[in-house]
Amino acid sequence: MEKAKSPVRSQRTKKNWELRLYVAGQTPKSLTAFANLKKICEEHLAGQYHIEVIDLLKQPQLARGDQILAIPTLVRKLPSPIKKIIGDLSNTERVLVGLDVREQK
Amino acid sequence: MTPANRNKQVKLLPKCPTGIEGLDEITGGGLPKGRPTLVAGAAGCGKTLFAMEFLINGITQYDEPGVFVAFEESAEELTQNVASLGFDLKALMKQKKLIIDYVRVERSEIEETGEYDLDGLFIRLGHAIDTIGAKRVVLDTLEVLFSALPNHGILRAELGRLFRWLKDRGVSAVVTAERGEGTMTRFGLEEYVADCVILLDHRVTEQMSTRRLRIVKYRGTLHGTNEYPFLITKEGISVLPITSLGLEHKAPAGRISTGIKELDDMLGNKGYYRGSTILISGTAGTGKSSLSAAFVDAACRRGEHCLYFAFEESTDQILRNMRSINIDLAPHVKKGLLHFHVARPTLYGLEMHLVTMYDLIKQYKPDIVVLDPITDFFAVGSKAEVKAALTRIIDYLKMNQITGLFTSYTTEDEGVDQTVVGVSSLIDTWLNLRNLENNGERHRGLFVLKSRGMPHSRQIRSFELTDAGIQIGAMDVAGRRTESSVS
Repeated sequence: MEKAKSPVRSQRTKKNWELRLYVAGQTPKSLTAFANLKKICEEHLAGQYHIEVIDLLKQPQLARGDQILAIPTLVRKLPSPIKKIIGDLSNTERVLVGLDVREQK
Repeated sequence: MTPANRNKQVKLLPKCPTGIEGLDEITGGGLPKGRPTLVAGAAGCGKTLFAMEFLINGITQYDEPGVFVAFEESAEELTQNVASLGFDLKALMKQKKLIIDYVRVERSEIEETGEYDLDGLFIRLGHAIDTIGAKRVVLDTLEVLFSALPNHGILRAELGRLFRWLKDRGVSAVVTAERGEGTMTRFGLEEYVADCVILLDHRVTEQMSTRRLRIVKYRGTLHGTNEYPFLITKEGISVLPITSLGLEHKAPAGRISTGIKELDDMLGNKGYYRGSTILISGTAGTGKSSLSAAFVDAACRRGEHCLYFAFEESTDQILRNMRSINIDLAPHVKKGLLHFHVARPTLYGLEMHLVTMYDLIKQYKPDIVVLDPITDFFAVGSKAEVKAALTRIIDYLKMNQITGLFTSYTTEDEGVDQTVVGVSSLIDTWLNLRNLENNGERHRGLFVLKSRGMPHSRQIRSFELTDAGIQIGAMDVAGRRTESSVS
């Protein structure tokens, strides 16, 4: 499975989920979001996802590029189109709707 | 607490100059330094321009880099919009003095799935400020967040945090907002910005559009609570304060010739006071402009500079008419001693006229300014407005010790036109021209209605325009000129 950061041709055959979680340090909200995200991915996207955590305290310049306003923000980079979800991801249903995760079974 | 103690404890609020023409005078130095200022107004009032000028002047005039956080327009759009005013944002960004951060919020993109805060915004802003060492920040306009983020509870808490954060950072901020119906702003941003609130207004009355600015609140500073008209000129915003609120003009003691010896004689044998304001009123065709021309002619011959604002006739018309009474102004124009500026009063609003006059006076630095005639301004504004505008221009002239000569139409020969009475208190010397009938003939008469600070003639002298020049004599009982004199 490629962990490439650019759009991959193999998308045609397999759904490859590139997810980016923006946090600001190890705050309770950020830790909660990461834990929730892992859980959701394991349950619904097992074997097809890649999570990248970006700590804006360490790389503040990235906030502008991806237009990040709220923390935490989850960005679905792949598959396109880009989708954004804000919050600590405790509302699983909303997360699934927001990520547009459908019939993965 | 004794008065002495109280004084020691009062710290003057430091100010941050905006560089916006006229505004720093009204505010006694500018906006509160290190604090946020709220600028509210309806769409199109000029809030974004105000904020942008604050930032750009900060960079170019006060060496304070700035960050513009835009929620509505992209950096490219903003750059284009202000390019016509001579602001080169690209260059400032290249020099690392300006950062424009376009925060794009799409409601459709935002799915709330739990607790969050707006740290992303803080980090972006903090990073931008640190990158260039910004001292000024603009947020235009935070209200976009209210439409985009459904959870207003979180939003309001974060806004409170943002303003505390801005204060801690010590940046001077301008925050824009739209006017609400019955409330100051649509979403109540005034709760968070308590130090200084400025309202911009743009209204159209009788087909004339005027823009006004009002300082609603300015903590710790005595400020005028009036509305000040302002313009958006090709160089940006220009606020028109009433100059010299304290009437602190110096009164020059020199005298200058009216251009006609007999008139000089009527005025204490010496003529007008330099730096004074003169009004020549009379019915149509009595010769007011001719007296102005004679005055200007004499001044130019002395090598002085004159600025002639003509509101009724074209330059050529004036030059031709004056040549017919042997006053040739063309050489003065050629030499650059005399400048004409022609405009119909109804061409634009009073404020625009004022600003145009200020600009030209600043540019040419004349010794003499003529407004011929002022009467038509009453068609452009109410009596009160015209009087206010004339007060300002007269104040401006007196502050700069420029002699001002105004002409005005009266509609009746007997008595004095009521429209002029309102401004007569601002005038130092008032000459009146009228038609007199005597023995079946009409003559023109000139007399001095008033002239402060000097003894003056009480006679009604005969006044004739001949092709040899203006001739003033003494009227005898039969109404005929008894002395002949040529100027």
